[in-house]
This record gives sequence, structure tokens and C-alpha cells, in this order.
Amino acid sequence: MGILEVKNVGKRFGGLQALGDVNLSVAENSVHAIIGPNGAGKSTLLNCLVGKLIPDTGSVMFDGQSVLGRKPYEINQMGISRVFQTPEIFGDLSVLENMLIPCFAKRDGAFHLSAFKNMMADKGMVERAEHMLEEMNMAGKHAMNAAALSRGDKRRLEIGMCLSQEPRLLLLDEPTAGMARADTNNTIDLLKQISDERDITIAIIEHDMHVVFSLAERITVLAQGTPLVEDTPDNIKGHPKVREAYLGETQDAA
Amino acid sequence: MLKLNKSDTLLFIIVAAMVLLAPFILNPFPQGSSLAQMFNAGYPDLMQRFVIFGILVIGFNILFGLTGYLSFGHAAFLGIGSYSAVWMFKLLSMNVIPALILSMIVAGIFSLAIGYVSLRRSGIYFSILTLAFAQMSYNLAYSVLGNPSSNYNLTNGETGLQVYSNDPQYFASSGAPDTPHLFGMAMSDSSKLDIGSWQFTFNNGYYMSGILMLVAFYISIRIFRSPFGMMLRAVKSNQQRMNYTGLNTKPYTLAAFVISGMYAGLAGGLLSSMDPLAGAERMHWTASGEIVIMAILGGVGTLIGPIVGAGFNEYFKNILSKINDGILHQWLSFLPDGLENFIVGILHYFVGKGWHLTLGLLFMMVIIFLPGGLVEGGQRLAKLFKRKKTEDGSDSNNTPAE
Repeated sequence: MGILEVKNVGKRFGGLQALGDVNLSVAENSVHAIIGPNGAGKSTLLNCLVGKLIPDTGSVMFDGQSVLGRKPYEINQMGISRVFQTPEIFGDLSVLENMLIPCFAKRDGAFHLSAFKNMMADKGMVERAEHMLEEMNMAGKHAMNAAALSRGDKRRLEIGMCLSQEPRLLLLDEPTAGMARADTNNTIDLLKQISDERDITIAIIEHDMHVVFSLAERITVLAQGTPLVEDTPDNIKGHPKVREAYLGETQDAA
Repeated sequence: MLKLNKSDTLLFIIVAAMVLLAPFILNPFPQGSSLAQMFNAGYPDLMQRFVIFGILVIGFNILFGLTGYLSFGHAAFLGIGSYSAVWMFKLLSMNVIPALILSMIVAGIFSLAIGYVSLRRSGIYFSILTLAFAQMSYNLAYSVLGNPSSNYNLTNGETGLQVYSNDPQYFASSGAPDTPHLFGMAMSDSSKLDIGSWQFTFNNGYYMSGILMLVAFYISIRIFRSPFGMMLRAVKSNQQRMNYTGLNTKPYTLAAFVISGMYAGLAGGLLSSMDPLAGAERMHWTASGEIVIMAILGGVGTLIGPIVGAGFNEYFKNILSKINDGILHQWLSFLPDGLENFIVGILHYFVGKGWHLTLGLLFMMVIIFLPGGLVEGGQRLAKLFKRKKTEDGSDSNNTPAE
């Protein structure tokens, strides 16, 4: 029984069957990658997990509770954090404030009317945010506007924001898309470190095979809305069906 | 001090000093001089408008400045506050305390209902919804609920709601003034101080409104610096990230909407307390537009901007509408007659009843050259000044080295 159990999930957009019959089990404290060619339904599946879409059929259970019908913020409060393909941060706010928001969200819940407390006087919260920024190697950038950060820093900030909520499941949607090789490697190292040091499950959707094979313990290959095969990286590499559907082309291209 | 940080405390002290000393600051010219007639603003009616509209825009800024939700119907809450206050005068007594409390409560209830519906949408659709609600309120007040012959005459229509001698006033004490008062202190009473040829007026109503504005300003600073204020700014910045950070944006925006609606209600109650006559034109959409203009003029999302914007708008409205052709001829009398008449003929359209035109042009200039409002202008000046100073400083440091 994994921490995330997806059973018979299907989703149709008009005439397009985006997800056919998806079954997926993500084991606790593992790194699980979902790969597949463009249009395989990876993003649709992810959106069904976080409450952005509601699947037509099937069930999604997180830690024994159904997430279906819950709003994204409720699912987040259950312990699922999501990192987006293009970093979603609070661009108009300072880096420190960006980190403070999830800290407050973790402590005070989805809504808390604290209009008369001085935010910066809340030492516990500020220290926690500063500590997390340090961990993300962003200690000198507290006062910067988050929009002014480099792409790599924005990515690290977003991951740090998600981690400061101490989620049990971290979902990453192509975290290295559009990154230079050096930044990609830094992100891989960061994610490895996170997975080693924390009690956390990571599910990652990724195009970049280098990232997938350096991180994942299990891989699910999705094609045309249905899981083709699920196995360890070594077995996936040699799997004939996968080669045919997906890897053959990319390996040639690489 | 007051649980504010250093720069906020300084800002608050400056604003407090300006509010308390306004009768002096706004009367720089000696009584009776032509400049005084034109530019002195230290008389009760105008000073009251400065601080009351200051309260209104401070509240509006909590919604628009922090969350970015542009309400085009805030005048409705101003009007609702005004009517509520007059009803308290009619039913209880002319004491302003119950009037102000009820105007805040009723405006709060209305903003809760209107906000709950309008906040289902964002951006332009939100603005249109609030505009629609405000126009509905205006029309209700103007005709439906204002028919003097019906049993539900809540607003007295075109005439405006006012206090009549046959109103019950259940709690009126016999010795109290028959105009709005604070425990016997009539709002319209002033004491005057003559120094040389200067005359300074200290009006009760102004000081009560001014102190309430300082309270409103203080609360707004606290909100800006609180976790709640940060969440509101986060709503403006990225709602998607907020949702995926476990935060429910709707109660945050609704709370901001209700708070700003209550500020508007208080401002409306104060307007009625200064002059116990409430008319529907206060709720008209042009009045809502003026609130937006004042906020943008001053500087949206800044602490001091709303006060600056409200003051600027009211002051120039006042001056420009006072200038007439006669005064223009007097000013331009040094020019040859033909040219004088020509220029006066053109300027005629920009002053007096044409004050909208000049204020509109000023507004356009601010938007184009100072998108951050007058506050940005001030910041740019300060920066310029600072740079000069540091350049001088570095020069003096360098000289000995050379």
C-alpha cells in the first residue's frame, strides 16, 4: 500500500481520452518518476492529483484518504506540495516573505485573520524561513524582490517554499525544463539531498532522461493515457516496449 | 513606539502632526488678502473633507492596494454609511457615537453581501460586478426606497434624508445642541485664534474626524505589516501559488473587502455628522470613480498615498472651482488686452465649472509620468537629493586620499 494510490483513473476532454485507465502506486519515501512522450497525459494525471481537475472515473487516495472533490488548498493542507514547470512564486514580494507565506500557511491553516500581529516580530516564523533560505543557499538574498532572481534561484526558492510546509508528498512537474545543464545538475543534487535527508515521497514528471535515471527508484511510463509499464530504472532502460514507444527516439536524438 | 517599526513610527508622527496642526499649515496667507481667498484651505468644511476622504481612500487602499481587486462601487458603502448615520440622528439623538457605529456596521453587512457575490470573479469582471451593485444601490436610494408617500421611505429620494423636528429622537437630552454633537460638543462649533492679521479656525468636527483618520491610518499600518497584510499582497502577486500553498484566497479577499467597506461606512457616517443631510448622489458611480482616482493619484499600495491623493484631489477641486473669469483677468492684466482676453477665453474652460478638465489633465500626467502616484514623485525627489548628498560625501572622502 503506497502513500499515493491511483486506481482506474480516466479523464476525457470532449473527444479526447486524455487518461484511459491509470493505476499507479507510489511507495512512501521513494522517488517515483512518471515519463512519457508529449500528449501521454502526464500533466492531466498530475492535475488530477492536486485538485485542479476532477477525473471522470476512478479514485485517488492519499494516505488512505480520497483527494477527489477537494480544492487545491485543501489537498495541500493534507500534505501534498506541488512544484510547477515554470516556477510559481510571489514575484512582487521579497524572498523572505515568499518563504514566510508557506510557514504561516503550515502553522495557521488555510485562513487566519491576524491583522494586528507584526509579521517580522514573529521570531519563530522568521527564523524558520531564514533557516530554509540558508538550506537553499539563498541566505544573502532575503530582501531581494523574488521576480529579480535568476531562473535557478527561482526554482530553488519554489522548492524551498514547498519543503517549508513539510509535505509528505512532493510533486514536481518537469522541474528542469528550460534549464542549462549546470542548473539541471544542481537541481538533481538538491532533489537527491532532499530525498536522502527527509521523510518525504517525491513524484516527478520529467522529459529529461538524465534527470529521471539519476533520481528515480521506480519509473512509470505513460503512453496515450495509459501506463505502459512500471519498473526500476535498470529494467525500464532495457524494456523493449518502452524503447519502442519512447526511449528509442530520445536516445537516438541524444 | 505603538508596536510600529522606526520608519512607520516616524511616518505616523508626521501625519499626526500635520493633521493636528492643519489649521495653521493650511492657512499660510493673512486673512482678507486675495491669496488667502484663493489658496487658504484652513476652513472647517474643506479640512473635514480632507480627513474624511482620507479615511475613505485609506480603506479603499487596503482592498485595491494590497489585493489588487479594483472595486468600482465603494461609493455605495459611503452612501449607506451616510444614510445609517442620519437614521440614528432621527431615531436616537444627535450624538454622533451611535451614528458612526451603525454606519460602520451597516456598511460592513452590505460589503459582506456584495463582496461575497462579487469576489466570485476577479479582474474586470469583479469591477463590473461591484459597479453594478453600486448603481443598484444608487437607484434604490434615489427612487425605489426614497418615495416620500410610501411606507418604506428609507432615503427620502431626491430631497435627501435629513432630521426633522417631528422625528422621535428617543434619547435626545434637552440641553444638547440640535446639530450633530459629541456629548454636547457641537460638530459645527469652532474656536478662532487671531495672530496678527492671520486667523486660524479650530473646528470640533474637523478634530474628531482627524483623530478618527489617525486611528484609521494606524490600523492600516498595522494591517500592512501583519501576516494578514502579507497574504493580501500574495493574492495580488500569485493566486495560483497561494492555492497550492494551502491558502484559501477567498476569505482573505472578502475580509479585505469588508474592512474597506467599513472604512467607507465610517467616512459616510462622518460626512453626515458634519452635515446631517444624506443624498443619493453620494453613491453615484462617478463618486466611486473619484475614489479610484484619489487612490491612484496618491499611490496605490503605499501607506501615505491615500491621504496624499485625497488631499490633493480635494484641494485642487476647491481652488480650481473658485477661480472665475474675473480673477483670471486680474492675474493676466499685465498682458495686452487682446492677448489677455484670448488667454482668459481658453483658460475659462479649465477653471470654475470646468475644474474637471484640469484635474483630469493632472491625473493623466501623474499616470503617465509617475505610475506610482505622487508618492513615487516624492520618492524620486528624495533619491535625487540623497544621491547628491552621497556624491558630495564621497568627494570629501576622496580628497585627502589624493
